[in-house]
Amino acid sequence: MQELINRAKELLADGTVVRVLGWRKGDMDYNPEVAYFNSAEELDNFVYDGFCGANLSKYMIEASKLEGKTLVFLKPCDTYSFNQLLCEHRVDRDKAYIIGVGCRGKLDIEKVKAQGISGITAVSGTELDGPDSIKVSTIYGDFDVAYTDAMLERCHVCKGKEHKIYDELIGESKDTHDMDRMAAVAAIEAMSPTEKFAYFQAELSKCIRCNACRNVCPACSCRKCVFDSTKFDSQQKANVDSFEEKMFHIIRAFHVAGRCTDCGECSRVCPQGIPLHLFNRKFIKDIDELYGKYQAGETADQRAPLVNFTFGDAEPSIVNERGSK
Amino acid sequence: MPLNEKTGEFTPKIVAFCCNWCSYAGADLAGSSRLAYPAEVKIIRVPCSCRVNPMFILRAFEKGADGVILCGCHPGDCHYSTGNYYARRRMTLLFSMLDYIGVEKGRTRVEWVSAAEGVKFSTTMNEFAAKIHELGPNVRLEDLRCKN
Ligand code: SF4
Ligand code: SF4
Ligand code: SF4
Repeated sequence: MQELINRAKELLADGTVVRVLGWRKGDMDYNPEVAYFNSAEELDNFVYDGFCGANLSKYMIEASKLEGKTLVFLKPCDTYSFNQLLCEHRVDRDKAYIIGVGCRGKLDIEKVKAQGISGITAVSGTELDGPDSIKVSTIYGDFDVAYTDAMLERCHVCKGKEHKIYDELIGESKDTHDMDRMAAVAAIEAMSPTEKFAYFQAELSKCIRCNACRNVCPACSCRKCVFDSTKFDSQQKANVDSFEEKMFHIIRAFHVAGRCTDCGECSRVCPQGIPLHLFNRKFIKDIDELYGKYQAGETADQRAPLVNFTFGDAEPSIVNERGSK
Repeated sequence: MPLNEKTGEFTPKIVAFCCNWCSYAGADLAGSSRLAYPAEVKIIRVPCSCRVNPMFILRAFEKGADGVILCGCHPGDCHYSTGNYYARRRMTLLFSMLDYIGVEKGRTRVEWVSAAEGVKFSTTMNEFAAKIHELGPNVRLEDLRCKN
């Protein structure tokens, strides 16, 4: 972490960048927040630890409109989002100085709490070069939790620790991939329609329509979102009925289909713990199977599958053969 | 559930999005050739099959449709050259998603109908309506506020 701060100070001092986009200490150890740093003094609050899951790519849309270059720290998965935004001409490559930071998986405080640990006052040992277990201090005493047991779901299915775009790299990454990314989707596909419906009904009825999933998503960067339209019943409000829940989630997933890099931010920020990745990954899985393997953000000059076609594409009736029995 | 006033039977609401250049003309031909298709089918004319936003399909269900069918020019015959190719991908993914969340898959369909295919239009609509009768009313994707 100190290495990142030192390098940021150097780049600010020599005028390469005029501001730094990173994470700063939050009110608790487990909720650092995204912040701009404009001076060396401000950088004293900079953090980069296991809880810095926030993907900074989307912030570069606004930073690209500011005067001068911005230093931005991107984890391996964040670089896919940056590439995808470049592809869509939403960020300006010349306005960004990208330091690719190492990652050994990011943590989810909910995973810690799910182990029955409450009253958390502090968490330590989450740094990049920290130990294999983190120390959780609570009002009831201290607990050791294995790093991997506290990791976000998305890190267990990590796409890889290679940065897809950067100016320089700092920090060693560790492989965290130990689960099949499509396993949960395949499990749902194997259910009967009634079971599927009941499963999604139960998950989606938890949604409070806070729109956090949309606001954090790098692919959801439309200047005017359909869900802000007053002509549309589903605008910024709690769902009135079960239909609205589904409408919001299907349409949002559809809008990001082919552009979603599976960065996992939507599932990370959902206050209700809804597994939103199940929607995005269904589209990814279908696209891979029907139109050929595609990873959004792999490079900055791809054509997304939904703005593309081949003459021999499958007919929609293929769903009758592939879908539920 | 919409019931027939006389017979008390389930009368589905079926929405057919038809592109202006092929399928709508196909429906016209079916009419002028006196080929019957169910009155339950309500046609909405769109400039191109590709004009159909996935949201239109969901919206139709929300407002009480029991089945939604999209008809457009055959691939290769699109008035705007390539619109139906994009529609094809979109609808495939949307239908697959609807199936994934547990909506019965017979409720959605895409059919390519040219302006010369009045017969195909009428048989498609008859088949589709029969399927919806078999599936019964759509209860999984409706807006409860729209009831009664
Ligand atoms: S973040 Fe979660 S609760 Fe909020 S709108 Fe999205 S799905 Fe609903
Ligand atoms: S939909 Fe979720 S996983 Fe996909 S890009 Fe947006 S935030 Fe990331
Ligand atoms: S939900 Fe759709 S319209 Fe809204 S920001 Fe996301 S992609 Fe754009």
